[in-house]
Amino acid sequence: MFNNLKKLISLVFATVLLTSISSTSFAIDKLHFIIGGGAGGGWDGTARGTGEALTKAGFLKSASFENMSGGGGGKALSYIINSKPEGTVLVQSTPLVLRSITRHKGYVAGAGVLSYKDVKPIAGVIGDYGAIAVAKNSPYKTFKDVVDAYNANPKSIKMAGGSVRGSMDHLIGALAFKKAGADANKVVYVPYDAGGKALAGLLSGETQILSTGLGEVMGARDQVRIIGITAPSRVGDAPEVPTLKEQGFDVQFVNWRGFFAPKSMSSGDVKKIAKMLGDVQKTPEWETVRKRNAWVNIYNPGRKFDSFLKKQTKEMTNLMKELGVI
Amino acid sequence: MIEGILIGIKTALSFQNLLMVMIGCFAGTIIGMLPGLGPMTAIALMIPITYGFDPATGLILMAGVYYGAVFGGSTSSILINAPGVPGTVATSFDGYPMAQQGKAGKALAIAAYSSFAGGTIAAIFLLIAAPSLSKVSLSFRSPDYFGLMILGLTAVAAFSSKGNFLKAMMMCVFGLMLASVGQDTLSDIPRFTFNTMNLSDGISFVLVVMATFAMSEALTIILKGNDPAKAAKQISLTELGSIKLDKNETKKMVKTIPRSSILGFIVGVLPGAGATIASFLAYGMERNFVDEEEKQKFGKGSVQGLSAPETANNAACSGAFVPLLTLGIPGSGTTAVMLGALLGFGIQPGPRLYETNPEIFWSVIMSMYIGMVVLLILNLPLIPYIARILAVPRTFLIPMILFFSVTGIYLMSFNNFDIFLMIGIAVVATILRLYDFPMPPLILAFVLGGLMEENLRRSLLISDGSWSFLWNRPLTVVIMLVIILIILWQIYSGFIKKKV
Repeated sequence: MFNNLKKLISLVFATVLLTSISSTSFAIDKLHFIIGGGAGGGWDGTARGTGEALTKAGFLKSASFENMSGGGGGKALSYIINSKPEGTVLVQSTPLVLRSITRHKGYVAGAGVLSYKDVKPIAGVIGDYGAIAVAKNSPYKTFKDVVDAYNANPKSIKMAGGSVRGSMDHLIGALAFKKAGADANKVVYVPYDAGGKALAGLLSGETQILSTGLGEVMGARDQVRIIGITAPSRVGDAPEVPTLKEQGFDVQFVNWRGFFAPKSMSSGDVKKIAKMLGDVQKTPEWETVRKRNAWVNIYNPGRKFDSFLKKQTKEMTNLMKELGVI
Repeated sequence: MIEGILIGIKTALSFQNLLMVMIGCFAGTIIGMLPGLGPMTAIALMIPITYGFDPATGLILMAGVYYGAVFGGSTSSILINAPGVPGTVATSFDGYPMAQQGKAGKALAIAAYSSFAGGTIAAIFLLIAAPSLSKVSLSFRSPDYFGLMILGLTAVAAFSSKGNFLKAMMMCVFGLMLASVGQDTLSDIPRFTFNTMNLSDGISFVLVVMATFAMSEALTIILKGNDPAKAAKQISLTELGSIKLDKNETKKMVKTIPRSSILGFIVGVLPGAGATIASFLAYGMERNFVDEEEKQKFGKGSVQGLSAPETANNAACSGAFVPLLTLGIPGSGTTAVMLGALLGFGIQPGPRLYETNPEIFWSVIMSMYIGMVVLLILNLPLIPYIARILAVPRTFLIPMILFFSVTGIYLMSFNNFDIFLMIGIAVVATILRLYDFPMPPLILAFVLGGLMEENLRRSLLISDGSWSFLWNRPLTVVIMLVIILIILWQIYSGFIKKKV
């Protein structure tokens, strides 16, 4: 009897062990990417590019993508938090941190507030510098020209961006103006609902400058002149583009992009995806995608990523207070 | 250029590329027919398949899917009042009534011919004028888009006949109200979201269309007891599926198609507009062109009311390739996905595309002609069979419509809330329908309202709060004058009619 019970218990243990092993060792060969913005934007490029590299390099059998725009990514974030879909990751970037600082209540059921703490950080994979661009036929050749024109007549400069007020696109430009000694809050920021439309706005002449990510204007380099990027030094993929720093405006800003999982994803799976995202960066398939988008590799997995986010939250809070956004 | 065209023909006519056009058109048509799944989803699904193809082949496949989906979307609009694609909503305004009168085959044929003609004419424009048209893409600013949206709204007049003016206006306001729900696109402030994240993105367009058109139509049929199958049974099945057009109808279409193609193409070229807006504008414009007798038929099964938006939405799809290929600017989600794919092939769009990759530019344009022919060949013989769906007894048809509405909307958002919201709106819409409130003004206002507000506020932001943008640029002035003329004309003709 006792023996039987022992057998039974060990059998149960064995089964539990086996199932847990089989469930954790179950290979991740399919991933669904949730993109909190429209097709063609920065998140979209990151998710689709990463998915492409992962599939081509053989890490995944297939990758699927879903654009879920709205509320500057709030909708997709709340979907991940509340619906906890399986086998799904969310692409996010610095705006997630901004949202954690400024966000209004009411996105989530109840009075809860959305933050990167509500999702599991997997890894940061790339960074994109901010860029200030003008139309090719614009009279402004350098950022100093823009600042001079602004100082002479603040209303003569309208700054376009591909997202709402208080977003990254807005902050990049505002920061540059602030470093140039101008009142950043008085710069008129004109929001568009997608990077492509902001670009069309700039080229149609209704705005004078465009403040956005470098990756977003790379596709239209024939039409625009990039007059400054927020990198510490010139980037290899666009060596002709000057930094703001070398023009005497010490503006440095990297918009990290990375992936997050719903809280329901097991730590084992999170680690596996994180490893996959790190390993893929060593492949030629990734290099093709990276080069095309002028991304900067910054692989930043797990705990390191988590503490980085905390640090950035602190820095951004100070910056935004300084800028008067919060 | 001739050389380029020859390269294009050669590339597009290769066996592999011909096969891709056919696969693309076929897959697109099927996906377009399913409510909720649009061209964007279809193209996104195709991208992994195109890996390893050469760029021209990949792009040809995607282009085929794109216009296939727009082509296919009209079928469900006409037969069951369930537009599969936003661009085909206006098709249902006259297509569905026509099908209800037992002329389903004819309606489908008109849609097929119009799509074919619109697409082909637009491809010719693209061929001869794409480089210079890139200037048109950039000539529109926010105030002009604002004007364009108001112009679209004047199409509401088509549904305000026989003392229905007040009702049409009320539905218009209702639509504008629904459009204001959600996070404000300029300042990120939630409006009318009742503190639920489900509404923070606003109400999806497909949801409103499915609720107010497909679902509420099905519910009305149940309540009123009018059986669409009955009308279909009274006339023979062959007649239901007949695709023959009489001389008079052909004559009308010959007039409609050229002007709708031009309008559709130009609107398609604008990055801030697109196929949906093109179809609404064409519908409204057509009504202003036709004679008094035809005008009365609008919304009740007019040949021209069906042909105009069908022509325009296909022309707009071709037009959207102008900013995409010559400027690298995606005007819609669909073309943004294609731009991503282009960059994925290592191709830099822009004015230099002709020189750097002529085979891509020209073969895509050539494949459009081939695609249009394929679509016509594919669709015409099938029409008699597809039209017979209406002969299905309503005990089967109605549950099917309801089933596809619910699954369609769920597949879009994977959010249960949307199903309840849709049923809620459908019930309200059904009650309104029983009291003869027209639904098209609601949809028109819903689509145009959001864009109208966004562009108005952006204009004000750019002009530092001054309204001078309304008359500062000639283009805006022209658009505003056209709007005023149309409104005055409506008032004047209404006044004259009362007197007589």
